[in-house]
Amino acid sequence: MNPLAGCLLVSTLLFSVGLAGALTRRSAILVLAGIELMLNAANLNFIAFWRFGPHPEALTGLIFVIFSIAVAAAEAAVGLAMILAIYRHARTSDVSEITEMKG
Amino acid sequence: MTAAFLILAVLTVAGGVAAMTLRRLVHCALALTVAFAGLAALYVNLGAEFAGLAQLLVYVGAIAILIVFVVLLTRGGESEPAKIFSPAAMTGAAIAMAVFAMLAWAVKTSGVAGRVIPAAPQASMRAIGLGLMQRYVLPLEVIALMLTAAMIGAVILALREKPGSAVDKVRTPPVPEQRG
Repeated sequence: MNPLAGCLLVSTLLFSVGLAGALTRRSAILVLAGIELMLNAANLNFIAFWRFGPHPEALTGLIFVIFSIAVAAAEAAVGLAMILAIYRHARTSDVSEITEMKG
Repeated sequence: MTAAFLILAVLTVAGGVAAMTLRRLVHCALALTVAFAGLAALYVNLGAEFAGLAQLLVYVGAIAILIVFVVLLTRGGESEPAKIFSPAAMTGAAIAMAVFAMLAWAVKTSGVAGRVIPAAPQASMRAIGLGLMQRYVLPLEVIALMLTAAMIGAVILALREKPGSAVDKVRTPPVPEQRG
């Protein structure tokens, strides 16, 4: 197996683990952590394709990862602040117990 | 595929699995930190030092600490009730496994494994800085604006609301008198 396929497989594993966590865990914090893991899997793909792709001197994959990390930081800050606000309102951070907006 | 890559990959995936399966939220946060640090080391291993350092600073330095803070502030130290084999959990795990199988099949049949590996590219700090300041300066400014907005939004969301305070008045309209 060559390095690119190895990177892609590692990133696939990370994505699946994050997806399983986001789907099955009941704590909102861990759902957010699962989403972060999926985002990181995508970043690893970008780096792998930049490193093993045909035109690495254009730096596109690298720059995209830097921007993606910045967006992930903003997302985590806002998401965790929302979890805090919901916890203050409902006294729980369990996603299966917050059903006020269920149709 | 070198031994260093294999070790880092195993460390990262093990950290991710531990973060998603452990019972106590604090342990999950620590395992998540291990996964993020392993990813940073993978970036460095692939020749992207700047991205690795940014990952270490932002994820290990900021997001992991933030998650620990929220775990402590929401009294998440208590473990969840044990329902590993509930139908919902099994469904989620099955969906994740199906996604993994499909993606792995796509990687295997894409012909990526047979490609020639080019030489390691040069990504000097100077080239990255020039790229950020010249070609990608507009996205950089947009990201700066978005980070500022997200920071202000996070602070407003997490502000403790006291009854009658300015935040409370802005957020909740005055409640009409209830009639008995």
